[in-house]
Amino acid sequence: MSTVNTAVSGFARRHGALLALALTVVVASLSFDSFATGDNLENVAVSSAFLAIVALGMTFVIVSGGIDLSVGSVFALGGVLAAWGSRHGPLVALALPLVVCGLIGLVNGLLIARARLAPFIVTLAAMLGARGIMLNITDEGADTFLVAKDSLFADLGRGKLLGLGFPVWITLALFVLGGVLLRRTRFGQNVYAVGGNEDAASLMGTSVARTKVSVYVLSGLLAGLAGALNAAWLTSGVTILGQGMELEAISAVVIGGTLLTGGTGFVSGSLVGVLLLKVIQNVINQIGSLDSAYQQVVSGAFLVLVVVLRVRPVRRARAATGGGRRRSPSPG
Amino acid sequence: MPATGALDVPEVPDTAQALSVHGLTKRFPGVLALDAVDFGVQAGEVHALIGENGAGKSTLIKVLTGVYQPDEGEVRHQGTPVAFGTPLAAQRAGISTIYQEVNLVPLMSVARNLHLGREPLGRFGLIDFSRMHREAAETLRAYGVHADVRGPLGELGVGAQQMVALARAVSFEARVVIMDEPTSSLEPREVETLFGVIRRLRDEGVAVVYVSHRLDELYAVCDTVTVLRDGRRVHTGPLAELERLRLVALMLGREMGEVRAEGTTKFGGEHEAASQEPVLRAEGLSVPHQLHGVSFSVRPGEVVGLGGLLGSGRTETVKAVAGALQASAGRVTVAGVPLRGGSPAAAIRAGVSLLPEDRKAEGIVPGLSVRENIALAMLPRLSRAGLVSEARIDALVGTFMERLRIKASSPRQKAGELSGGNQQKVLLARWLATEPKVLLLDEPTRGIDVGAKAEVQRLVDELAANGLGVVLISSDLEELIEGSDRVVVLRDGAVVGELAGDEVTEGALMEAIAAAAVQGPGDPAGREEAPRD
Repeated sequence: MSTVNTAVSGFARRHGALLALALTVVVASLSFDSFATGDNLENVAVSSAFLAIVALGMTFVIVSGGIDLSVGSVFALGGVLAAWGSRHGPLVALALPLVVCGLIGLVNGLLIARARLAPFIVTLAAMLGARGIMLNITDEGADTFLVAKDSLFADLGRGKLLGLGFPVWITLALFVLGGVLLRRTRFGQNVYAVGGNEDAASLMGTSVARTKVSVYVLSGLLAGLAGALNAAWLTSGVTILGQGMELEAISAVVIGGTLLTGGTGFVSGSLVGVLLLKVIQNVINQIGSLDSAYQQVVSGAFLVLVVVLRVRPVRRARAATGGGRRRSPSPG
Repeated sequence: MPATGALDVPEVPDTAQALSVHGLTKRFPGVLALDAVDFGVQAGEVHALIGENGAGKSTLIKVLTGVYQPDEGEVRHQGTPVAFGTPLAAQRAGISTIYQEVNLVPLMSVARNLHLGREPLGRFGLIDFSRMHREAAETLRAYGVHADVRGPLGELGVGAQQMVALARAVSFEARVVIMDEPTSSLEPREVETLFGVIRRLRDEGVAVVYVSHRLDELYAVCDTVTVLRDGRRVHTGPLAELERLRLVALMLGREMGEVRAEGTTKFGGEHEAASQEPVLRAEGLSVPHQLHGVSFSVRPGEVVGLGGLLGSGRTETVKAVAGALQASAGRVTVAGVPLRGGSPAAAIRAGVSLLPEDRKAEGIVPGLSVRENIALAMLPRLSRAGLVSEARIDALVGTFMERLRIKASSPRQKAGELSGGNQQKVLLARWLATEPKVLLLDEPTRGIDVGAKAEVQRLVDELAANGLGVVLISSDLEELIEGSDRVVVLRDGAVVGELAGDEVTEGALMEAIAAAAVQGPGDPAGREEAPRD
């Protein structure tokens, strides 16, 4: 393969989601007058914000070689706890979901890192558990806790700065912090190393267990925060939210160029992945005649396309090294 | 067991040692991996640690580096008792390890691999990448690696990756560097670079523990040697004073006297093989880094042993013949027909079956029944238009279970539930069912109990008597000597000798293994045309 080809495919691989997003936005703007309006774009941005925060945590988990299926339930639980707590002031409304959801992440992380259980199973159990707790608090969903519209906490969700809602600004700030954390700190390097080759990372002196526990705590915290912000925005702890959100978040992360097998990825890609999913959703809603169910078909197609583009070069790289995971040459 | 070498174990003064263990014992369920071992390496010394498979080398290394905890005895660092709970603790104490496999993260950049865990930090405690890249490029230049340090490590060749691992280990300001077979994936030029680095480390007062099976390398770079056998230390002393033959004798646990006495022990059951054309002929088989022009032949009804130490290329040879390892040069003919394709499927079709060394990983499917395990390889033969006749499978499976005396409650029992010996027989049955012309047996009796061992050995004898060509690999010297009609001796991936008839003795085999002459690839000067009777 020529260098030009490699460079092109490398660019497409890294920024494929961004190109697709740009293309979709241009086409949508030209096709629908209602798309490129301030209101509509703000709507897309705010509705993306909550998923994006969840996807940020998911990015860390997936780069570390894990998966977190509990985030959808944790998101819903965080919202309910925040709405319930908002009666006791904005501090409780924020702290309660963070503490509880962080603890769920901690339990996930400990079971995965210390008890060495499969992340899929552990977080699947946590998904059921978190939803159970939420249903218990809300009396099987019969009680809906409301956030007072004029409270400070509601302002956090509904307030605006320069025409954009606070949740959008918070999301952007979190992504900047997340990007620095993943790319520019030793913790971030450890996340890549653990996801890239756990055995090697351990032999190189990385604390694998601490790294794993940290990413699940981070994921729990961010899912809880997203839920709280969402409750503030809706001024209500809606119990039916968050179902399937974990899969949406995983899709966004993978579309954004993070490899599901771990060891590689970047947070800005996940943000683009989320925006792409939400823009497609928005566009399909604009086409009144098209069933909104097609949104998922298009999202699915994007997912497959991205994975095909991503996986091939990585396989080649692994094959060339013999991989960190290659079997030892049999002694003879 | 003769107490070879027990007399010349010198007491090493404790104070001078950078890293040492005393009375170290390590048990695993059913195995005594290390039995009261003393070992120490001094600053400015390159200490070879050698022994055959199962001698306890890797266990010792893992205790030294904090991967395992000792059951008894202690580890001392600069004379002070220490307990390394994790590899990280050992690393912090200045003990670095380079493993046989490159233990780095291929998807991360070269520089990030080199610096993982101690990245240079700049403003706000964030990683200073420009400094990291500059330093990485500088460091690696000394190791002959001129690659883009920003690129993923996985894009480097294996040798260069090993050099990065080495650079990483050394740049930790290591006082002790442990190298576990570091040259197994290196080119000769890279080996020279490595030796240069090792000598430089020694001159800087670093203690080096060097594990390798390549005797030439040991003599080239090591000062002292410790030999382990069956979990015990059998010898420690200066390497230069130790003859190769004696070193091999120590490793294998044989008396020098025995070796020299040209034993004429004849094994029973020599097979009629003289007049026939070879059923298997391998010519000039080469695999990069592993085999260098290996040639040998097997006649119908003959058992040819492959002799040599661990890492001499025995397993690689049979794998290359069976198409499980891609040969870069050379050819294999089966019954006069060149074998094409270089895949296991092609080899099986041509009548070559390999019983691999690692039953668990490469042979038995534990979740499937005995019947299914046996039938696996013959399914293509038993099926018509894609349909398999159950009755024919049952008949064949029944025949083989009886013939090989496989002890299972029924053909439906899961293979994973059988004893090691019976699993091995199931594998044998699988390959016999394909009606092979040549059977390649890699350590067929390892890890199975004595009774089953004898049965497998008898079976091999029987099969050869029935006209099969057999290639036998065994680390059990007695088994190899008694089971083989001829032994082809390998060292460092090349044939260095061949013993036939009366020459097949332990003494002669060990002489051939230890022979100091360096043979060029494909030019086995020590090889003799075996006399036939």
